[in-house]
Amino acid sequence: MNAPFSPATAATAQASAPVAAARTGIATALLRHPLLRPLAALAILLLIDLVCIPGFFRLEIKDGHLYGSVIDIANRAAPLMLAALGMTLVIATRGIDISVGAVVAISGTVAAMLIGGTMVVNHGVPEYVSRIPMAWALAAAMGAALLCGAWNGLLVATLGLQPIIATLILMVAGRGLAQLLTDGQIVTVYYKPYFFIGSGYLFGLPFALYLVAAVFLVVAVMMRKTALGLFIQAVGINPVAARLAGLKTAALIFFVYVFCSACAGLAGLMISANIKSADANNAGLLLELDAILAVTLGGTSLAGGKFSLAGSVIGALIIQTLTYTIYSLGVPPEVNMVVKSVVVFLVCLSQSAEFKKVWQRMRARKS
Amino acid sequence: MTQAVSPVLELSGIHMAFPGVKALTDVGLRLYPGEVHTLMGQNGAGKSTLIKVLTGVYRPDSGNITLDGKPIAPDSTLAAQNLGISTVYQEVNLCPNLSVAENIFIGRYPTKRGRIDWATMERQAAALLSQLQVQIDVTAPLSRYPLAIQQMVAISRALNISARVLILDEPTSSLDDSEVQLLFNVLRDLRSKGMAILFVTHFLDQTYAISDRITVLRNGEREGEYACSELSRLALVNKMVGVTVDASAAAETLAMAVTESTTQDNAASFDSAPLGAPKDFLQARGLGRKGALSPLNLTLRAGELLGLCGLLGSGRTETARLLFGADKADSGSITVAGRERNFSSPRDAIAAGIGFCSEDRKHEGAILELSVRENVVLALQARMGMLRAIPFKRQQALANDYVKWLGVKTASIETPIGSLSGGNQQKVLLARWLATAPEMLILDEPTRGIDVRAKQEIMDYVTALCRKGMAILFISSELPEVLRCSDRLVVMRDRKACGEYARGELDETSVLQVIAGESA
Repeated sequence: MNAPFSPATAATAQASAPVAAARTGIATALLRHPLLRPLAALAILLLIDLVCIPGFFRLEIKDGHLYGSVIDIANRAAPLMLAALGMTLVIATRGIDISVGAVVAISGTVAAMLIGGTMVVNHGVPEYVSRIPMAWALAAAMGAALLCGAWNGLLVATLGLQPIIATLILMVAGRGLAQLLTDGQIVTVYYKPYFFIGSGYLFGLPFALYLVAAVFLVVAVMMRKTALGLFIQAVGINPVAARLAGLKTAALIFFVYVFCSACAGLAGLMISANIKSADANNAGLLLELDAILAVTLGGTSLAGGKFSLAGSVIGALIIQTLTYTIYSLGVPPEVNMVVKSVVVFLVCLSQSAEFKKVWQRMRARKS
Repeated sequence: MTQAVSPVLELSGIHMAFPGVKALTDVGLRLYPGEVHTLMGQNGAGKSTLIKVLTGVYRPDSGNITLDGKPIAPDSTLAAQNLGISTVYQEVNLCPNLSVAENIFIGRYPTKRGRIDWATMERQAAALLSQLQVQIDVTAPLSRYPLAIQQMVAISRALNISARVLILDEPTSSLDDSEVQLLFNVLRDLRSKGMAILFVTHFLDQTYAISDRITVLRNGEREGEYACSELSRLALVNKMVGVTVDASAAAETLAMAVTESTTQDNAASFDSAPLGAPKDFLQARGLGRKGALSPLNLTLRAGELLGLCGLLGSGRTETARLLFGADKADSGSITVAGRERNFSSPRDAIAAGIGFCSEDRKHEGAILELSVRENVVLALQARMGMLRAIPFKRQQALANDYVKWLGVKTASIETPIGSLSGGNQQKVLLARWLATAPEMLILDEPTRGIDVRAKQEIMDYVTALCRKGMAILFISSELPEVLRCSDRLVVMRDRKACGEYARGELDETSVLQVIAGESA
């Protein structure tokens, strides 16, 4: 386009120069933002869904509930988001917790067994009766999860075991314990109020999402209003120096494992309430690996130190969106895992500093 | 003397910039075969950056490097090594859990029929080390040996690579005098074999003991290249600093800054401390730990600087760690301000008003990836507890104030401390402890590996704090520094305290005799 050059355009061009400079400043800050990559990955996935899956972003209101693929993905990702939040803090202290799945099984089993539940028809009105009050059952389940976390914390913080070995013990023993409790059977729950945790709706949105939001908010506020974030980073980057600066390193490490198990316990309640039973063999199987993956996709380094809670939540959403997309596109189940791993590989590659260097060198050579 | 030979390695017009900082501007350097060339300059003058350009860690923005007249552009340390440029870094970069022999040959294991030839490797490792007159078990893990031996291992590793150019980045900062002599003998030997040696140090004595020529850097620029014999010490210092420093004026401003900082940081203890008669702050009685320190008695008084000197491994650091609760004492007692205390962790000591700057800045002090601000507030925040977070504005104010008072050179208080030079990191760590308004400060080699000017600034600041009523335990291997600053001096030998002396009782000769164990 060859528009005639007029004094007016020159003036605007001059005036907008500093604005443009300021804009590029903001632009580079945005480009360097650690959440950019995970968000971009999620956006690309959603874009593929928009093009390939008709009606992907369509939302409907049925019975006052919001329905749609997006809601479905978020809802299904809820347990993973919780597990990823807990895992983030553990990884930030240079640790790892591979017992998350086992804790999911334990908390689900404890809740399901204590609630049990039968439907009694009283004067023609069906009523649900639980074995013990549900609040007690939930407290017991969470208590069991906290005990698991305290066990992990004890092994890592007090006895100084390597985190992967320390939590491996519970990973193996925990699921075994849950199976012992249920005699290897699936325990079915007949108690409607319990199902609310897994599949209930509140103000039109799945209740599980409120739980995730609540945990996220609590942790985010702790990071903002207390020095927890600073301390966790300091311990993760340099535990020796952190101790010499007067930090209670052992107590901090103990805390993150307890917190991680608490998140896993809550996730376990969600999963068992959703499937209306406790499956000690399969509930939360390999959830720890997905959680670690979510944390990594969110940009937190496994070497510890700097971490991003929001990143981990986005990471969990990426994983769930990916699973949904693969199923929706009708990829045969046998190819499913390969596709998933390729996508994960690409996302991880885009975060690799080493790869970035090689890439830049290749580009420099070309030009 | 005119140089008939041409330089083996030549750098010219090197430019290098980092975000916000111009690290090198049009820097050149010539290295001739068979000479020891010393690179001098203050902290942040660009020495480390220049070395990293030379060894392929950084790629310069512009400029030429030629080796034997041919341009080279090493893009990794390995590439530089293959070209014959070998480096021993300031901080020992070895693997502590591997054996000594493995460390020397790492990446170049001798093989026999596709397998590692352990026997040959161990024999060669022992031979290389014996060139440096170090006789140790090369199959033992490196971490079993003190820092000085580790340094020797790093040097023999560099020698093993058939190098034409050997770069030594402050190799002597953790060596004692006899070890330095040993190293210099080796360097002289290598020089006579025609190797070009680039030596970076802060020690003037060592510069004049070994160098043939000197290149001085200042503020990222080359100040000049001089023959060592034609440059006096005073002239050299002036060229490094750039201005003639008026020592008394500098001390004056620092003392003022201290007054300012203490009034602002509600260190009431300073003001209430009687400046006249020194009051005992901490008394250690029979403090000891098996295998680390024989029981000793120490008294630290408010407003007094107690020096602790001795050779490496004489028990200086061990004493500091016991006093700070970093290690647990198994005998003796500590009394702080009249109350008996039992320190089971650094937290306890910090609560009693004690701060501790460790000698190992990188591993025990700085949290490298955290910002200057976060590093400054860390100890104070730990002391206040996790729940009472220091408001962000207050954190900024604290960090900004200390950056200003201590003259920390940093792009901003949000810069990670890891990207600061050693002297500036040390100042930030000092700020970390000052922020807790301690009544006693333990400084273990606070001036190691930092330049003359930063050293002077830190020592001026420390003495000013002492005058304000702080009790200070000062540990240093630099005898002149310790003798000059200490009100009292405790000499250690073989993990024992072997004598306490008042100011003026010892001079540089007699203190050496005490350290060496000859009767003074």
